[in-house]
Amino acid sequence: MNNQNRSFFFNVDYITIFLYLCLVAIGWFNIHAAVYNEDEALINLSSNSGKQLIYIVVAIIAAIVILLLDAKFFLTFAPVFYGITILLLIAVLIVGRNVGGNQAWIPIGNFRLQPSEFAKWATSLLLARHLGVMNTKLSDLKTLLPTLGILGLPVLLIILQPDAGSALVFISLIFVLYREGLSPYFLIGGALMVLLFVVTLLYPKLYIIIGLILVVAFLIYQFRRNRKLITVFVIGMVLSLLFIFSVDFVYTSILKTHQKVRIDLILGKVTDLRGVGYNVNQSKIAIGSGGLTGKGYLQGTQTKFNFVPEQSTDFIFCTVGEEWGFIGSFVVIGLYVFLLLRIIHLAERQRSSFGRVYGYAVACIIFCHFFVNIGMTIGIMPVIGIPLPFLSYGGSSLLSFTILLFTLIKFDSNRLGIV
Amino acid sequence: MNSFFKRRYIIQGIFILVALILLGRLYYIQIVDDRYKLSADNNVLRKLIIYPARGVILDRHGKVLVQNEPVYDLMIIPGQVEEMDTLEFCELINISKHDFDKAFKKAKNYSPYRSSIFQKQLSAITYAAFQEKLFEYPGFYVQNRSVRFYPDSTAAQFLGYIGEVNDREIEKYDGFYGQGDYIGKTGIEKSYEDLLRGQRGVRNIMVDVHNREQGSFFEGKYDSTAVAGDNLISSLDKELQLFGESLMVNKIGSVVAIEPSTGEILASISSPSYDPNMMVGRQRGNNYMKLLNNPFKPMFIRPIQAEYPPGSIFKVINALVAQEMGIINPNTYFHCPGGYRYGRNGWMGCTHVHGTINLEQSIEESCNTYYGYTYNRMIDHTEMRPVNAYSRWRNMVKKFGIGNILDIDLPAERPGLIPTADYYTKRFSNDKWTSSFNMSLSIGQGELGITPLQMANVMAIVANRGFYYKPHLIKAMGDKKIIKKEYTKKNDAGIQVKYFDTVIEGMSRVVNAPNGTAYNAKINDIEICGKTGTVQNPHGENHSVFVAFAPRINPKIAIAVVVENAGYGATWSAPIASLMIEKYLKDSISRPKYYTDRLLNANLLPGQKKLYYKPSNKKDSTAASEVKRLNAVPIIKQKIN
Repeated sequence: MNNQNRSFFFNVDYITIFLYLCLVAIGWFNIHAAVYNEDEALINLSSNSGKQLIYIVVAIIAAIVILLLDAKFFLTFAPVFYGITILLLIAVLIVGRNVGGNQAWIPIGNFRLQPSEFAKWATSLLLARHLGVMNTKLSDLKTLLPTLGILGLPVLLIILQPDAGSALVFISLIFVLYREGLSPYFLIGGALMVLLFVVTLLYPKLYIIIGLILVVAFLIYQFRRNRKLITVFVIGMVLSLLFIFSVDFVYTSILKTHQKVRIDLILGKVTDLRGVGYNVNQSKIAIGSGGLTGKGYLQGTQTKFNFVPEQSTDFIFCTVGEEWGFIGSFVVIGLYVFLLLRIIHLAERQRSSFGRVYGYAVACIIFCHFFVNIGMTIGIMPVIGIPLPFLSYGGSSLLSFTILLFTLIKFDSNRLGIV
Repeated sequence: MNSFFKRRYIIQGIFILVALILLGRLYYIQIVDDRYKLSADNNVLRKLIIYPARGVILDRHGKVLVQNEPVYDLMIIPGQVEEMDTLEFCELINISKHDFDKAFKKAKNYSPYRSSIFQKQLSAITYAAFQEKLFEYPGFYVQNRSVRFYPDSTAAQFLGYIGEVNDREIEKYDGFYGQGDYIGKTGIEKSYEDLLRGQRGVRNIMVDVHNREQGSFFEGKYDSTAVAGDNLISSLDKELQLFGESLMVNKIGSVVAIEPSTGEILASISSPSYDPNMMVGRQRGNNYMKLLNNPFKPMFIRPIQAEYPPGSIFKVINALVAQEMGIINPNTYFHCPGGYRYGRNGWMGCTHVHGTINLEQSIEESCNTYYGYTYNRMIDHTEMRPVNAYSRWRNMVKKFGIGNILDIDLPAERPGLIPTADYYTKRFSNDKWTSSFNMSLSIGQGELGITPLQMANVMAIVANRGFYYKPHLIKAMGDKKIIKKEYTKKNDAGIQVKYFDTVIEGMSRVVNAPNGTAYNAKINDIEICGKTGTVQNPHGENHSVFVAFAPRINPKIAIAVVVENAGYGATWSAPIASLMIEKYLKDSISRPKYYTDRLLNANLLPGQKKLYYKPSNKKDSTAASEVKRLNAVPIIKQKIN
């Protein structure tokens, strides 16, 4: 505690802060480029880039406030934050404003609050508290069930909005659980489910079933002396078969039409460059036309002339790709990878499992956004509307990611103290 | 730290792997695959084509034959169209609601954001009315373009027409033309396309997603200005052309007049003709089909595409060729007992019993017998075998421009026909045939095909006494008035000058001697030299043919007239030629009005009764019952062939 009183910069991880500032700055310049208009002044507070500047200032103030607070504060109040966000998530379903089919925002004056952004932070905190305070074993149902409950409640509420993208982010927290001792079968099972889902949509069921049986038969033959593995394989196969038959049901009954179309697009089952495929196609054109070195700052024609929709928010990476080319994209992706690895490094150097779990949660959330968002702009992920951390235009997004990251930096600066 | 510490590496590994996947994909779309670059250009770059004015075509005296006239294309950008009073709109531009819906759907299917033509070629009047209301209809605008206009509606088949390029033409010119561009389809418009079209300009502009202009691309670095097409000066004399066309109304056939000293075509008439303005404007498609379905085939360019056996006018060629061969001379006499007996029991009848006549008289009176003898000697009585003698004769005839195209500056010229020796060898299954096997060639019948242009050219050769210039319709190109080099080159017909005297004297007597076959074509103070022909036509009435040049000294015009199914050469073709010559040389007609009226009003189309029609007040042809036989017109004394 004494350490902190000396200076809030004491012991903070400057590398992470530097990476954060780099990404925020890149974000601002690209938002400026996306809305660039030669006639306007450089800074116009009514334009997106002007507003983003305000959000950045607000976010930095929030960061400083977090660094000034006591680390214990977050731990103690984690259930309260969690409770508040759950209430907000319920409230948004009732009083929220419907924008683009999603009931995700609560208007407060000019500002639109998006509770799901803050739910990530609160859930991470509670998860960390839950797994960190007790001496837990995730193989133990007593631990696992509450954990799943902590995760499941906000996911359920967010799905009701419906905001599949944000819900997906919570699923990425499975990596945290894995790190904390969850059986790897869950990861493998998850990966298999995704694989089977895609394959089932692409090819006739009969071929897949035959293929599955052949693979399992081969595995059983290989490990014929290991009874335990054989049991696992057989159970896996039965579950896979059930899953295959449920894919159609999920696909036709649970997924919404626009989600189905987006999946079909990414699988190449439909091409519709003027209709639903327009966004992704224009996004790929913008990025692809950047070439190696890009067209130069403010020279991007595709983004400047509004060919790419949502170019300051979800498709901000198009501006990077078009104006800075492959080199710029490489730098941005490099910064993210560096940041993610740095966060894992911070997480691993925490003395408490609380700090570690929270660190991993931050890494997983940023990673999920990073992967899904950039993957979407270059056409290897379906269109899922989640922002690119620190780069995308938007107050809620920037603020929530800043809080998320700086809470970790706070824990880290305090790692030598007792939490 | 706990027992699962090593799992951090797996998680880090997954993060790095995903980043590498993203980078790999970025590498592919940004560096390997360049189609995105093209798509990006397609998105923002709009090439605006600036169309140059097409070259104007003038006649030999500088009068306009074809010019440009502005029209207004109504353009649409469907995405910008708002709620509107469709009915009023349709009324304004004069279309039905159904047409409106159709055009709108078509434009929308093409692109909701890009402009396309909604209605082609509004007239100036429609445009004027529409312009005031244009602001009420966002999404519509008007684009200027020019179309061809023919102030005198003359020389349709020769000037040709322009039309939108088809896929084949786009491919052929390899990217020069784009969809919707215009190109010369026939006639001079086609053969001088690269001069007339000029150079198109390009303006590169950038647009945003709503197709709004966002300024020029690279400050106009890649832009170019349009250069207007070259003007062409035709050799045609518009007055003569119009006069000829009026003479050929209701007749099927051709008139070709050439200036012998240059090869310039003074008039070229293909009848029936059509108004070239029919091939412009919104009704073009309908008009085109009408012309195509017309039984008299107005699209057929008779002067260069119709091949007729020449008939008796061919005697001129045989007279010259035989002299050059040394077979006959002006003092060669043959006896005409009213026909020529050849082979075992061949008999080629003559029109009269001419008795003993010489070369000059044979032309004047068109004696078949004389040319039977001549042809027989040229083929059968030389030092060579008849087969080879025929080939020699054929080569000499070919030098008159027969059997090959004359290479006039028009597309689709036909070569005519003069069979090879091999043809007859094949036909008679051996090469032992003699002149009696194809005796009809002696008087220009049988397997001969000559276009009216070639007939006129033969007259130019005779007028020039042994040479010709390539006949052509364009005498000068562009502002510098460039003349194609090939048109200044003399082509030798292979006949010595001295052999023309007797033939020309004979031809002069055809017109000027009272017992000449075309005495009715005589003009008092112009010495016309001519030759009549009546072409036997197995499909119907004989074709009336007359060729001539005038004046005899220092000839200014060589002419060929063919009127199909009209009978004797002297009845119709010779008076028409005579009027054309007088019109050209003296610019006025000295003949009595009835002489001209008879020609102007005659209807010689197949299926009409062969009567001299009194001009009827009713234009409707069903008024046929009212026409009377006109006896006032003197029946001209005719010598057959």
